[in-house]
Amino acid sequence: MDKIKILEERKKQIYYGGKESIDGLFNMQCEKQTVSGSISQRACVFCGSRVVLYPIVDALHLVHGPIGCAAYTWDIRGSLSSGPELHRLSFSTDLQEKNVIFGGEKKLHRALCELIDRYKPEAAFVYTTCIIGIIGDDIDSVCRQVSAQKNIPVLPVHSEGFKGTKKDGYRAACKALAALVGSGSTDNISCFSINLLGDFNIAGETWLIKDYYRRMGVEVVSTVTGDGRVADIQKAHGAKLNVVQCSGSMMPLAKIMEERYGIPFIRVSYLGIEDTSSALYEVARFFKNKEILRLTDEVVNGEVQNIRLPLERYKRKLKGKKAVIYVGGAFKAFSLIKALDYLGMKVVVVGSQTGNKDDYRRLKEMCGEGTIIVDDANPPELSRFMLEKNADIFIGGVKERYLAYKLGIGFCDHNHQRKMALAGFEGMLNFAREVYSSVMSPVWQFAPRGEKAG
Amino acid sequence: MLLRHTPDEIKERKALTVNPAKMCQPIGAMYAALGIHACLPHSHGSQGCCAYHRSTLTRHYKEPIMAATSSFTEGSSVFGGQANLLQAINNIFTIYNPDIIAVHTTCLSETIGDDVNQICQKARDDGKVPEGKHVIHCSTPSYVGSHITGFANMVKGMVKYFSESTGEKKNQINIIPGWVEPSDMREIKKTAKEMGVKIVLFPDTSDILDAPQTGHHAFYPKGGVTIPELKSTGESKFTLALGSFASEAAAKELENKCKVKYKALDIPIGLSATDRFIVALSRAADVDVPASITDERGRVVDIITDMQQYFYNKRVALFGDPDHLIPLTEFLVDIDMKPVYIVSGTPGKEFGKRMKEVLKDTVPEAKVKNGANADTFLLHQWIKNEPVDLLIGNTYGKYIARDEDIPFIRMGFPILDRIGHSYFPTAGYRGAMRILENILSALMDRQDRDALEESFELVM
Repeated sequence: MDKIKILEERKKQIYYGGKESIDGLFNMQCEKQTVSGSISQRACVFCGSRVVLYPIVDALHLVHGPIGCAAYTWDIRGSLSSGPELHRLSFSTDLQEKNVIFGGEKKLHRALCELIDRYKPEAAFVYTTCIIGIIGDDIDSVCRQVSAQKNIPVLPVHSEGFKGTKKDGYRAACKALAALVGSGSTDNISCFSINLLGDFNIAGETWLIKDYYRRMGVEVVSTVTGDGRVADIQKAHGAKLNVVQCSGSMMPLAKIMEERYGIPFIRVSYLGIEDTSSALYEVARFFKNKEILRLTDEVVNGEVQNIRLPLERYKRKLKGKKAVIYVGGAFKAFSLIKALDYLGMKVVVVGSQTGNKDDYRRLKEMCGEGTIIVDDANPPELSRFMLEKNADIFIGGVKERYLAYKLGIGFCDHNHQRKMALAGFEGMLNFAREVYSSVMSPVWQFAPRGEKAG
Repeated sequence: MLLRHTPDEIKERKALTVNPAKMCQPIGAMYAALGIHACLPHSHGSQGCCAYHRSTLTRHYKEPIMAATSSFTEGSSVFGGQANLLQAINNIFTIYNPDIIAVHTTCLSETIGDDVNQICQKARDDGKVPEGKHVIHCSTPSYVGSHITGFANMVKGMVKYFSESTGEKKNQINIIPGWVEPSDMREIKKTAKEMGVKIVLFPDTSDILDAPQTGHHAFYPKGGVTIPELKSTGESKFTLALGSFASEAAAKELENKCKVKYKALDIPIGLSATDRFIVALSRAADVDVPASITDERGRVVDIITDMQQYFYNKRVALFGDPDHLIPLTEFLVDIDMKPVYIVSGTPGKEFGKRMKEVLKDTVPEAKVKNGANADTFLLHQWIKNEPVDLLIGNTYGKYIARDEDIPFIRMGFPILDRIGHSYFPTAGYRGAMRILENILSALMDRQDRDALEESFELVM
């Protein structure tokens, strides 16, 4: 494993830290197409659109294409709902060979009408897949027709898999969302009001965060898209501020809303004590209201008080442990580094699927010399770096979990498959507990990491 | 209720699949290719396909799954994917160094008309395939068939590419196991060994997708059918193709190519299908069935005898893949249960025909549907109209089980929320015992849960 090769084309996408840098300088290349033949951890445009829109629970989500795209995305991300569960069903036009030859527009039209009649959803999203881009179905026109017939918004999401990366999927999703915003009434919306952008209510995280704002006296007009409702999104332009988390996915919408409605936005993160606190304070300062500031103090102090002592226990045990971070968007890595730093841990490898130059520069500043930074990594690279740096835990998604385990390294899922809320103050405690339980697991005595280099 | 959106009233659907009971071809091709030693599956299409298949297989097996992708762009979809695939082949041998690259297509590369056979040949001609290494391929358009079709196509591709006949016959039998778990493949190998029969099992995912935890990650784990073994399949005495949907295409190809005769029979799930498998194997290899296997069969029959009152007349709904459902339904009938609803998303007329044979005398009222619109949504509607005592299917059955409060056994693909399938077989007599244990535990746990205090029994 130590001797794995790194492709010439990939060398500029890896910063090897300190003296041993692969091309000598810090000039990370990124936002490149994946090299053909890679075991890339990246997904596609459709994936980006699907994960962003799927948590809107009272909308219909219809995948137009062969069955696979709908089957593999059927309720795999635990986005919780406080009401309807329509988003957890899997709807597909299940295109067959004859549709590929003669076109799938008629089938799409029928499927949409049938579903809208049966479920009376508040809106419908139609996702296009690779093949639609090739056979040229005019889904915009089908959506327009059905929308007029059934009198609900029917929104095309142009997410053909090959037309870019996951980021382009986010953009397509934001475009569809932007078409919803602005059509609802903004009467009775408080002047201290925000939209929560970019939280997907995995393990109930949106609820946690919403509750902080409620206690601060700030109205949350819409949550986009965790536990999302069409009607809320339609009146989102009535909010005074957009608070954007997971900037990768929701920045396009924030920018559109700024241009169109003059709503400013701030970028925040709710991972870790430091970032959560500064997110809440930044919102409070925006409204320049003494009472809100006082309430924010109360919320932050109270919450921090609750978790401080139990966190100390984990900190003592985790001090000096080494972590690897590999995430989709780099923004999440910033927060993770801070949260791990709070626990006394050191990040030895950090990478992302879709980071840009500024992201990587900032990662380097945060981590200092000696940390390996990597863009669009593959499993052999990740294995090599984990072992070289003798990491104690890997923080990533489903495709990396068992790789880390096989090498005798702990794991914490910070992606779709997390089962505990990791956002907010409570989330920090959960995060520390997860990291602790994996790093300190007695199982490692049976599969010692020392033997790995072999 | 998670599926509160499922109405009781059943309307005919023409354009729509809801909560599917199938996946698409490429994932089957990927799973089959993982059963070759030191093989890297390669998805010729967009990145997403490969990512989804790897994620789904990872969730099912809880193992790292390696596969590469051509990473199509808009350019490749206009100008064709030849450049991508050639570059991929070159890069894969340079970095990941497998013995074999197994290429499958996707809806995208099929529709733009890439000739993968010709591209692979060009790679060989251009010297991109190192000495002693191989590139094989199969065509797996997602809009035809299902994941099972893709599996069948990749296994057929193995025969097309590797099987050789020198005219000499080897004293060995080919077994194509169909889409079963590593545990089942291990069980089939154990059984053959017990009978003293030398077999070539292909594909074989045992020791690949059930790798032990050692603090070590083998990029190519030790298991899998090897290239010499695959070549030798053309010299075997006979082929047993288990499951006509997943295995017969390859067996037929092998007969045409190397004149190795075959018999298609059911995957040995349950008593009767395992009986037929044991008889077929003993005949093909001309060996006697050892007493140890007869004893094992006896133990299966013993469990059924002992617990018969718990099986009698229980209504069962099941969904999944045809090759599993056919012998499983037969087994349920054998133990006096009533499989009343059976659904598979995989198309093929053979399924209905076989089901009719199995059910016509015993459960004539059974509803069976496969192919278009045969999905778990329909199954749920049937159950809502007349309930069942037990549900058997993959993880997605848990919504129905919860909403209708039905005991549920996980069998099939994918299982995303439990372990066991990789380690404990459902095939063979030992597998039959496991199925019986699972059925009884599910039913009896329910009986205990629901019993009134005065009728709560210690001894059952």
